[in-house]
Amino acid sequence: MQTNILSICYLIGSVSFIVGLKMLSNPATARKGNLVSAAGMAIAIFGTLFLYQPANSSFHNLGWIAGAMVIGTVVGAVSARKVKMTAMPEMVSIFNGMGGLCAALISIVEFGHIAQDNAPMHVLSILAGMIIGSVSFSGSMIAYGKLSGKIKDHSFSGQHIFNLVVLFVILLLSAYIIFGDSTSPLIIFGFVLALSLVYGILFVLPIGGADMPVVISLLNSFTGIATACAGFLYNNQVMLTGGILVGSAGAILTILMCKAMNRSLKNVLIGSFGGNTAAAGGPAGGQDAAFKEISLSDAAMVMKYAHKVIIVPGYGLAVAQAQHVCHELEKSLTKDGVVVKYAIHPVAGRMPGHMNVLLAEADVSYDDLLELEPANEEFASADVVLILGANDVVNPAAENDPSSPIYGMPILEVGKAKMVIINKRSMRPGYAGIENQLFFQPNSSMLFGDAKDVLQQLIGQIKEL
Amino acid sequence: MQILLNFIQSNLELFYIVILSVFLGIEVISRVPSVLHTPLMSGANAIHGVIIIGSIIVMGEASPDNYLILTLGFVAVIVGTLNVVGGFVVTDRMLEMFKTGKEAAAKRIKEN
Repeated sequence: MQTNILSICYLIGSVSFIVGLKMLSNPATARKGNLVSAAGMAIAIFGTLFLYQPANSSFHNLGWIAGAMVIGTVVGAVSARKVKMTAMPEMVSIFNGMGGLCAALISIVEFGHIAQDNAPMHVLSILAGMIIGSVSFSGSMIAYGKLSGKIKDHSFSGQHIFNLVVLFVILLLSAYIIFGDSTSPLIIFGFVLALSLVYGILFVLPIGGADMPVVISLLNSFTGIATACAGFLYNNQVMLTGGILVGSAGAILTILMCKAMNRSLKNVLIGSFGGNTAAAGGPAGGQDAAFKEISLSDAAMVMKYAHKVIIVPGYGLAVAQAQHVCHELEKSLTKDGVVVKYAIHPVAGRMPGHMNVLLAEADVSYDDLLELEPANEEFASADVVLILGANDVVNPAAENDPSSPIYGMPILEVGKAKMVIINKRSMRPGYAGIENQLFFQPNSSMLFGDAKDVLQQLIGQIKEL
Repeated sequence: MQILLNFIQSNLELFYIVILSVFLGIEVISRVPSVLHTPLMSGANAIHGVIIIGSIIVMGEASPDNYLILTLGFVAVIVGTLNVVGGFVVTDRMLEMFKTGKEAAAKRIKEN
């Protein structure tokens, strides 16, 4: 009886994940979709707590489980509530790592339970859950460190070969555990665990910070697969469907993100843009120093007397937390009769859709946000384009320099506007590490400084005029 | 080979679930506006938190005097809960931002 009800709980859980994910993919129903999945999750979890019956004993340790869940709930809810909108990607990365760690821990415990006569497939799902979970955990932690600027890119020559060797050793030892007749499988298991953790670190470490969202999405997909492995192990349908659903959806999402940047997944993982091109971009910057600077008061003047201003927000805006000030600027310009629009590149802000979320947080109207194609049609009619900390997404090299690593990526063609004002902190190249010819074009002017400070001063100047 | 065939035969319905879920995942995600990529990734992240059920089972089956397993399981339940609760809350916060201007503004005024 109990087990039957539990099966129905799991069925409801699985269906709610599918429905929830489907609703999440439409802006109008997204929020409800998230709640639907959460409700299904709650049913599945509480069903397990109260209805699960172990095969040959009773259900133990309910107090410990409840205690752990309370700790997890409080820490999770508080940190998720408190995190700044700009730090969302880091947070997602941490939570993803926690899921991976959970999968790895389950496998470690279950490996201890293995008897001599266990089926190889049983051992395989334990090993796969442990390896994938550990890689996802250590990789997510590195991704978190990179996004928050705590860890820099590291790579050494031959790292790709080294990574492949590590992966090969992991697979070899796993095969030995499954098929060999080792007298001490636990020691080898520990060794595989350590290697998997190391592999996760080595896998993410050389990949550039700009590619972290793709990596997080990929690791997200990995954790889904690790979850599915555990679902196989326990013959648990809700874990299996949930895990596989996330695994496949995550894989597709990863590919969509790569497409938005016009790069292949292989290219991201092997990381041809990080180190090498950054070094190559350096000397070129030394030669061309012929960019113009514009003063704050001049910038305020041209914007106040323009008919149409298009703002191109980028990572710099997100880092400076300048979305609210940006909306202030928009309001004060609109008051003076200037038409203000925002042009949003699909990968602006280092995370597809990140910029839309930030601007929505600042109450910018959804109608004023232009997507890539409509924006490119409107630039020609704009008097001023104000670029706030965006770089690679407006780099004309993507259109006219076949040797550029971002060649072929669709960009915002800001050069069509009468005047382009670029706010940056310095002339340093963007995440892709390449020089931007836009800065040296005759209709471009640079306005150096932190996005938030600059915007505040611009608002002040506009009010005084 | 025989092992593999036997395994597939004895877990046939699991394989059906896996294959259908793969297609379902692809189908559900394929037509998504890029605006929703981040919330969607975060929502999917919360869903794989269902791994917590595995950790609850581990704890439930562990005998109360096996402290090693209890410790590992305890940590597993904590991190699993973090994944679930944190994941859903973060996603909800992201999606909250997509609310229509008026609603959001009214809420902000109330908070301030």
